[in-house]
Amino acid sequence: MRDVDAGYGAVRVLHGVSIEVREGETVALLGTNGNGKSTLIKCIMGMVAPESGEVFLETDGTRVDLTRKSTEEIVSLGIALVPEGRRLFPKLTVEENLLLGAYRKGARADIERNLEFALDTFPVLRGRRGQLAGSMSGGEQQMLAIARALMSSPRILLVDEPSVGLAPILVSRVIGKIKELKEQRQLTVLMAEQNFNQATKIADRGYIIVHGKIEFEGRSTQELRENELVKKYYLGV
Amino acid sequence: MRHTAGTLLVGLAVVAAGIAVAMLRVNPYLYFAGYVILQYVVIATAWNILGGYGGYVNFGTPAFFALGAYTAVVLIQWIRAPLPVLLLAGGLVSALLGLGIGYLTLRLRGVFFSIATLALSIVLQTMIMNWDYVGGSRGLSVLRPSGPPFGNYVVFLFTVMVALAVGAVTVARFIERSWIGRGLSALRDNEEAAECMGVPTLRLKLFATTVSGFLLGVAGAPFPYYVTFVEPNSAFAIDYAVNALAMPMIGGTTSWIGPVIGAVLLGSAQQLATVTISSEMNLFIVGVVLVAFVVLAPEGILGLVRRLRGR
Repeated sequence: MRDVDAGYGAVRVLHGVSIEVREGETVALLGTNGNGKSTLIKCIMGMVAPESGEVFLETDGTRVDLTRKSTEEIVSLGIALVPEGRRLFPKLTVEENLLLGAYRKGARADIERNLEFALDTFPVLRGRRGQLAGSMSGGEQQMLAIARALMSSPRILLVDEPSVGLAPILVSRVIGKIKELKEQRQLTVLMAEQNFNQATKIADRGYIIVHGKIEFEGRSTQELRENELVKKYYLGV
Repeated sequence: MRHTAGTLLVGLAVVAAGIAVAMLRVNPYLYFAGYVILQYVVIATAWNILGGYGGYVNFGTPAFFALGAYTAVVLIQWIRAPLPVLLLAGGLVSALLGLGIGYLTLRLRGVFFSIATLALSIVLQTMIMNWDYVGGSRGLSVLRPSGPPFGNYVVFLFTVMVALAVGAVTVARFIERSWIGRGLSALRDNEEAAECMGVPTLRLKLFATTVSGFLLGVAGAPFPYYVTFVEPNSAFAIDYAVNALAMPMIGGTTSWIGPVIGAVLLGSAQQLATVTISSEMNLFIVGVVLVAFVVLAPEGILGLVRRLRGR
């Protein structure tokens, strides 16, 4: 993503944002509410069109411009999203939710295998296959949202605020799961998060976004922890 | 494949039973009433593809139905086209209207979509009222072709409607069990989430408005020959808007059988009331039953059955 300006109508949210995620990395996008994390993620998913700048995916030397692609096409390229606030289908069953994660044609072939994998990874979902997603607890819903994203066999996983609305113990469980999945399935992960301590537990490096600008790029979690902005925003120093 | 073959067999059996009933030569009124009930099976099924599966509540059923009917009127006036042509043309023109409405209301969700479809019906009716070629607001007499393939013309139309109902239900059942149906249920439940998952929301919505429009148009195409006198107030009757919505709601919107149950029950009750009490009782019955269901059994008869079975 390079020099991206984006927003909604007259309101510009992102100002010249450039970030990069390399294959196999876990990158954290840190910032408090209203700084543009979700907008940035939506730009990658083709749900918000940037006014200027580039968003692209490079695989084996070929470069694909994502700004001209629809969300369906981007999902087909192997990018999956665990949306902010989970965005489940509350009146559909757990299983129906999972199957909808595999809507793209390429994923339908692997649907049995992916479903088994999802249910093995999140055993709590197995017993609740027929239950309505909206009737589960917040932690279970977050697990389902992650499992659903994996149903499309992605190579790149975007996770938007997985910690929102969860008790601290559940937050570390969810974050731990993301790390585990990343290793099992060789995923590349970009995670937007405001919970600094949890995010830096599993991230290789990260960016700090303030008022729609990347204010700091930490090449390691160490650098992030020692940064002044972090001290100011998160640690209250 | 075995499923499809089974469906086909059941469908053919129903059509054959319809023809057998047509041969019975019972009280001619029964064919009249049967035609209306079957017509409502088609209408309710068509409405449910968009409204039940996709969650887009269409108040503009009369527009699609009447467009099918008036397309037939034009073709009869112009070249006295045969019935199969009327059915196909009525369906296609209404399908185009469906596609257009889908495009125009791309960004309208929930109640705003419903308002737009309501307006559509009014606009279209006004246009027809001012078009002399099809009779304008005075209406137009339509002569039935002489010599139907069998029986008298009403019996023949009744049989045609049996086939159309079977066709519509088959289409709905196919959609329900395919990825299209799964995608539409995502659209109904949470359109934003569907978008995030890469479900092609726009294409699905256009597909649903088009198919729904097609079937509503097909249901309307034989209407001129059935009533033999077409005028805007009867073709655009509010009954169609109310029934199209009430029947699936009463039967149950999540399965193809729901609209069929609703249409048969409510359609029969209306016909019965028309004969025994008065024709004004029609909509009154629908209203009362609909209110009762919305309050007591919001998931319709299917939901009630499921609850009784303890699921």
